[in-house]
Amino acid sequence: MPDGHACAAAGGECVPVLEIVNVTKRFGGFLAVNDVSLTVNRQQIAAVIGPNGAGKSTFFNLITGYLQPTAGHIRLNGHDITGVAPHKISSYGMGRSFQRTNIFPKLTVFDNIQAAFLVHRGRGGNFWSRADRFYRDETEALLRQIGLLDQADTVGGTLSYGNQKQLELGLALASDPTLLLLDEPTAGMSANETHDAIRLLERIAGERELTLLFTEHDMEVVFSIAQKIAVLHQGRKIAEGTPAEVRADPEVRRIYLGHH
Amino acid sequence: MSRSLFDRIPWVLVIFIIALGIPWLGSKYYTFLATQIAILSLFAVSYNLLLGSAGLVSFGHAAYFGLGSYACGLLMKELGVPFLIALAAGGLMAAAFAAGFGFFCVRLTKIYFSMLTLAFAQIVWAICFQWNELTGGDQGISPIPYPGLNWLSSVPGLDGFRVGDYFYFVALAVVALCIAALHRISVSPFGRMLMTIRENPERASFIGVNVRAYELAAFIVAGGFAGIAGALFGIFNRGVFADFLYWPKSAEVLIMTILGGMNYFWGPVVGTGMLVVLNQQITAYTEYWPLVLGTILLVLLFAFPGGLLGALHAGWTRLRSGGRGVRPGA
Ligand SMILES: Nc1ncnc2c1ncn2[C@@H]1O[C@H](COP(=O)(O)OP(=O)(O)O)[C@@H](O)[C@H]1O
Ligand SMILES: [Mg+2]
Repeated sequence: MPDGHACAAAGGECVPVLEIVNVTKRFGGFLAVNDVSLTVNRQQIAAVIGPNGAGKSTFFNLITGYLQPTAGHIRLNGHDITGVAPHKISSYGMGRSFQRTNIFPKLTVFDNIQAAFLVHRGRGGNFWSRADRFYRDETEALLRQIGLLDQADTVGGTLSYGNQKQLELGLALASDPTLLLLDEPTAGMSANETHDAIRLLERIAGERELTLLFTEHDMEVVFSIAQKIAVLHQGRKIAEGTPAEVRADPEVRRIYLGHH
Repeated sequence: MSRSLFDRIPWVLVIFIIALGIPWLGSKYYTFLATQIAILSLFAVSYNLLLGSAGLVSFGHAAYFGLGSYACGLLMKELGVPFLIALAAGGLMAAAFAAGFGFFCVRLTKIYFSMLTLAFAQIVWAICFQWNELTGGDQGISPIPYPGLNWLSSVPGLDGFRVGDYFYFVALAVVALCIAALHRISVSPFGRMLMTIRENPERASFIGVNVRAYELAAFIVAGGFAGIAGALFGIFNRGVFADFLYWPKSAEVLIMTILGGMNYFWGPVVGTGMLVVLNQQITAYTEYWPLVLGTILLVLLFAFPGGLLGALHAGWTRLRSGGRGVRPGA
């Protein structure tokens, strides 16, 4: 297996996991995403940045099947997933989190994660056994990994904001994805929470050999972990490259980094 | 934490045994009430698989209740089909229609889903009301023969009961088996999937739940058990009428479920008992019973937004914590 970091750095033997080809999304007359292409390779950590309203969430919703692109194609591990239903895309190895936290608020933390295991491992149609017997060890292991084991019996909706984000990450991880898409994983977090969340993400991505694509508004976060960055502005991709390349790009500096 | 004595009592078994003993009271009226409560409980518990588990608000559940009663009633009356076979056929008929209608209903969400369930139910009602040759139109089908249950009188200890009592024993057994099955389903992985859909259908689909497929499956199962309840009710009522699938019947099952507590598996049973008894009591005292019943229901629903079981549960928790109130934010 090629080393993801070396691959990203050397641009050598890269296996593309996610290929987005000339994707466009039009809302009425408004182009929210305009002819954007992007390739993410195996075990790469890639980020999409851009100011508010740039089209990042829309771009994510296109990739995960939540929205249909007006034009263009999306391939996951070589399969065309354009227009495929979200529950199928999930079974092809893509997990996602949402910008606005999206959990099962009245289920306990344990039941949230266990439900994700049940469906991913094909037990969802079993209507004659007790649900609480399944995947207890797997659920506990995952809760330990995301740091929520001591809150296992807490009702999801009553967790702190940061913990809910962790739980959402857990939901995405339970389907054992090879590709993880995170929309603003640190949105609304304090500086400390952000730092912890990013360290957690980095550790999990390493342990699970994940390919990671995330959006962020916080530059520090992006430059600290991303190997590849694409910059969206008003729906268009205006730059792409390593953190150093993006940082040096004159248009990016003018539009985005000028504020810093 | 050790379980208290109260928790250790198998309440469901206790209540089942009490229910089983009702014919020994020797009152025709009590057996009549108990039969009605048992059968409608199954109707309401089947409904709560949609409302409580999956968060689907159907306004047309009576359609499946009524279809089950027509299928079973016609088979028994016109073709002399044995009771158990006709009963199963009633359930299957209802499930088949639920599959056909549900296919379209689950393509819609929220209030649009509800309106489509109502529309299908009204269509079925209109057909049953008009189709004189098959359904007897507004005259309905009656009398429906009681199943041959005389063999029960040869069971030691069961001799000398009225035929209504024997039917009650059989109905209670069928209802108990069906509710036990629905309970298993509700705590199964399938039931857990329905809960994720109720909580957050969007998130459910992104962890891989095929939301429509699960909703349809729940719709079919709920419809099938409603059909069995309807089949029993037709025999109990000695006749099947178009009223069984008219919209007030759908409203009734919704009210029973919410009244008892849709967040509790046994809520619909409690709500059914409450509504049937209230109905009987008030009808006996005043001709304005719909008005009085409506007022009582309004008060109950406002006073106990979590249903009667919700109120009991909260009260019990408070009692046990020594009057210190329910743990805040628990
Ligand atoms: N469903 C929608 N209908 C119409 N406009 C939308 C819709 N979703 C997003 N937009 C618009 O598309 C633009 C990009 O939004 P979004 O993708 O959320 O940006 P970002 O995540 O980068 O902040 C915004 O101007 C937003 O108002
Ligand atoms: Mg966004």
